[in-house]
Amino acid sequence: MTALLLRDLRLAFRAGGGFGLGLAFFLIVTVLVPFAVGPQSALLSTIAPGVLWLGALLACLLSLDRLLALDWEDGSLDLLATAPLPLESVVTIKALAHWITTGLPLVLAAPFLGVLLNLAPPGFLWLVVSLLVGTPALSVVGTFGAALTVGLKRGGLLLSLLVLPLYVPTLIFGAEVARRGAVGMETATPLLFLGGITAACIALLPFASAAVLRVNLR
Amino acid sequence: MSIAAKANALWAYANPKKFLATTERVLPFFWASAAISLVVGLVWGFFFTPDDYKQGSTVKIIYLHVPAALMAINAWLMMLVTSLVWLVRRHHVSALAARAAAPVGIVMTLIALATGAIWGQPMWGTWWAWDPRLTSFLILFLFYLGYVALWEAIENPDTAADLTSVLCLVGSVFALLSRYAVNFWNQGLHQGASLSLDKEENVADVFFFPLLVCIAGFVLLFIALVFYRTGTEIRARRIKALLARERVGS
Amino acid sequence: MTLTVTDLAIARGGVPVLEGLSFTLAPGRALILRGPNGIGKTTLLRTVAGLQPPLAGRVEGAEETIAYAGHADGIKPPLTVTENLKFWAQVFGTGDIAPALKAFALTDLADRQAGNLSAGQKRRLGLARMLVTGRPIWALDEPTVSLDRDSVAMFAAAVRAHLGQGGAALIATHIDLGLEGEVLDVGPYKARPRPVEDFDGGFL
Repeated sequence: MTALLLRDLRLAFRAGGGFGLGLAFFLIVTVLVPFAVGPQSALLSTIAPGVLWLGALLACLLSLDRLLALDWEDGSLDLLATAPLPLESVVTIKALAHWITTGLPLVLAAPFLGVLLNLAPPGFLWLVVSLLVGTPALSVVGTFGAALTVGLKRGGLLLSLLVLPLYVPTLIFGAEVARRGAVGMETATPLLFLGGITAACIALLPFASAAVLRVNLR
Repeated sequence: MSIAAKANALWAYANPKKFLATTERVLPFFWASAAISLVVGLVWGFFFTPDDYKQGSTVKIIYLHVPAALMAINAWLMMLVTSLVWLVRRHHVSALAARAAAPVGIVMTLIALATGAIWGQPMWGTWWAWDPRLTSFLILFLFYLGYVALWEAIENPDTAADLTSVLCLVGSVFALLSRYAVNFWNQGLHQGASLSLDKEENVADVFFFPLLVCIAGFVLLFIALVFYRTGTEIRARRIKALLARERVGS
Repeated sequence: MTLTVTDLAIARGGVPVLEGLSFTLAPGRALILRGPNGIGKTTLLRTVAGLQPPLAGRVEGAEETIAYAGHADGIKPPLTVTENLKFWAQVFGTGDIAPALKAFALTDLADRQAGNLSAGQKRRLGLARMLVTGRPIWALDEPTVSLDRDSVAMFAAAVRAHLGQGGAALIATHIDLGLEGEVLDVGPYKARPRPVEDFDGGFL
């Protein structure tokens, strides 16, 4: 299992594109927001938690179609499916690798982008905490979407259509934590919901992902 | 007949031939009764009920809004059940019925959203508000879109049935989650449920009885549409299978 | 570790292609699959490898014993030859990759990025993977594609050594590899088209 994780990380670092692309996208989206809504710092400060959450979510989405498609194209998935490793582990590790290469950098970059959007000082901690708790769910749900669409040509757009509605609960609770944190309200309730959703996704969704992957491989 | 035997008799309709023969026999009845109850319910509701003391005549859109909203959810529930049946028992008719119900569900969701907007304009002074119920229906609409798009995108019908069934299952859980998330996110303007088993909260009887007739009409219409569309899907599937056989034969 | 296939029927794209197929593959034996293009050899190998369910019939003795190699080699271009091979060795829980590199004359290329290999060299790397799986039964789909004559001999020697150690091989190929083993022509098992009116239950 470690071997697969290390291979995926090594591929992400070596192949270049995949690793920095999500981060660059996140930066650009954040920079574009003030151009769209105007430079008033009060307005930016209000919408900053939501914009940063949405930006992180879209950046996550961007790299999903490569998550399984490359392994599908070069036949690795066939070989992994006949290997001693259960497919449930394979998809979990794939999601973990996706989180390490996409989700984690987004979490680390978010506070700096928060400065650009004039995020209120108490909001920084809660933004990072909510992203840290929420982005694993984005990766796991995204892996399910990638497994559904892996055999399809031009699956990318369909992938977005399938995954985005599934992101709704995570986005609502995640952005709520960041927003409440920024104005100094209590954050425990939405944070618990967010954590619960993430934990449930990690525990249950790999079974669905592996099941649809098996269907797609036959 | 014992319960087990009855259940077995029910599974017989999973045979495409039997299903087609039976639905062809009962369909005229469903079309006719749907038409009658819709006409009776709507005419009764629109012309023979008093205006609401608060909402005026706008309240009468309830006769479209509530049944459509009910059917939008029930159609998804039906898809959930038939998807499970397909995954467990591998009856093709079940998967095709789920596929047939989805566009009907989309239309019902759209009717509910549109009538809601038309009703909301005079009542709340806005066509759209991010009220929990409205938002939930919008999210349901997105789930329907994804489900139909996945069916359309996959060439092999059995693969498509498997994948859409799993999507329906996972989507149901997330739709429910979204419903609670949205409730948490914004407490809304929407009035309480128009119907519930607790009689105290229900709308007044004058509105209630024509509403029941309209709901019955929508249910019958839904059944008729799903039977009809499933029949079409079965025939389309046969054509596909025949073409595939021909390709292999040559 | 005998592989037993009983009365197998398989489908591709929802259409039955082969039916009534039975054979056994004992340790130390090779079975060469023959038949025209499109008859279903690849589908048969994928079914035996457990990648897709059979329509009917049974495959016994395949659980966790088969190493499958399809048309694609599953090679990652950014990784070196060693890294590619080591990855599969770790996945299958076996250790040393040196014998596999040697058997397919890849030792000199060990540190080369797999993306810079020629088609034949890539194929050799894909076949070397079979050696590091440590699995007794090899299921190979057209293994000699893009191999030159020396490489084919290399491959045949590797298969022979595998059989000598009590392994078995199921190979779809049109080349005579000079192996001890039976040839199975799957042509006669082609699925008969079913009558048009027969749509009870399914749509196959």
